[in-house]
Amino acid sequence: MKEEINDMYKELIGKKSKKVKNTIERGLVKRFAESIGDLHPIYVDEEVGSNSRYGTNIAPPTFPRVLSSGAIEGLKLPNKGLIHGEQIYHYKRPLLVGEEIYSYSVIEDYYEKQGSNGLMGFLATKRYGEDAQGEIIFTEESITIITETVRKAMKV
Amino acid sequence: MNNVLELRKGESLRITLDPVSRMDLIKYSGASLDFNPIHTIDDEAKKAGLPGIIAHGMWTMGNLSKLFTPYYERGFIQDYQIRFSGMVFLNDVITLKADLEDKTEEYLDFNVRALNQKEKEVIKGKVRFSIY
Repeated sequence: MKEEINDMYKELIGKKSKKVKNTIERGLVKRFAESIGDLHPIYVDEEVGSNSRYGTNIAPPTFPRVLSSGAIEGLKLPNKGLIHGEQIYHYKRPLLVGEEIYSYSVIEDYYEKQGSNGLMGFLATKRYGEDAQGEIIFTEESITIITETVRKAMKV
Repeated sequence: MNNVLELRKGESLRITLDPVSRMDLIKYSGASLDFNPIHTIDDEAKKAGLPGIIAHGMWTMGNLSKLFTPYYERGFIQDYQIRFSGMVFLNDVITLKADLEDKTEEYLDFNVRALNQKEKEVIKGKVRFSIY
């Protein structure tokens, strides 16, 4: 069974979701900024935004968690018991309120390591955000740890 | 610190947050659309083998980025890399720190981390602040 799950994730390496259009919505940016205790005028005050070097308000760097990027066909993850291991952002520039971003995800890697609680699976996914011209504005990599207990419960 | 560009190697940006409240995590669940109940509901956290609800790792990572928010006219966060190394529980008092590690004409490199009231690291990583 362990091998089957290993194979299931291994086979998904390189798989991509479809591109999904997202608007960086003012209301969502404000709510997000508030939820991390960072209601800075550069995120929420329209006048400060238009007088800034960006010409508009911007979104906090961890905001892409909110965007949708479409499901990856065949990827099954339990909705409980996952551990978030790492998170890595790279930006060409900050996201601008009001702009449209085309987002998709790719399974980058899957590997296993023996840990103190059994065999741990590491699933690396990467999300891309492009502007309307297809230029990459940000990437967001996540490493999710799937514990042995969780994988047993999945009964794949 | 009025100007992040005046920081010298070894100097830091730092904020200590108010104790973590359930409402903080309810708000983050709603804003981020991460409704995993181990972040908000005691029974679910206990079922998952935790002593109580824990903060989303991304809540802490999101909070840490605000050390740099006042400086967006000078530059922006080009790279932000975090490893989640410990759990944050209700009422924990989190200190966010960014230590300037390297400085060039183009960027500032920081080692960043969040510590709880026992000085235990809960997240750790790096920020490259690109200068305009």
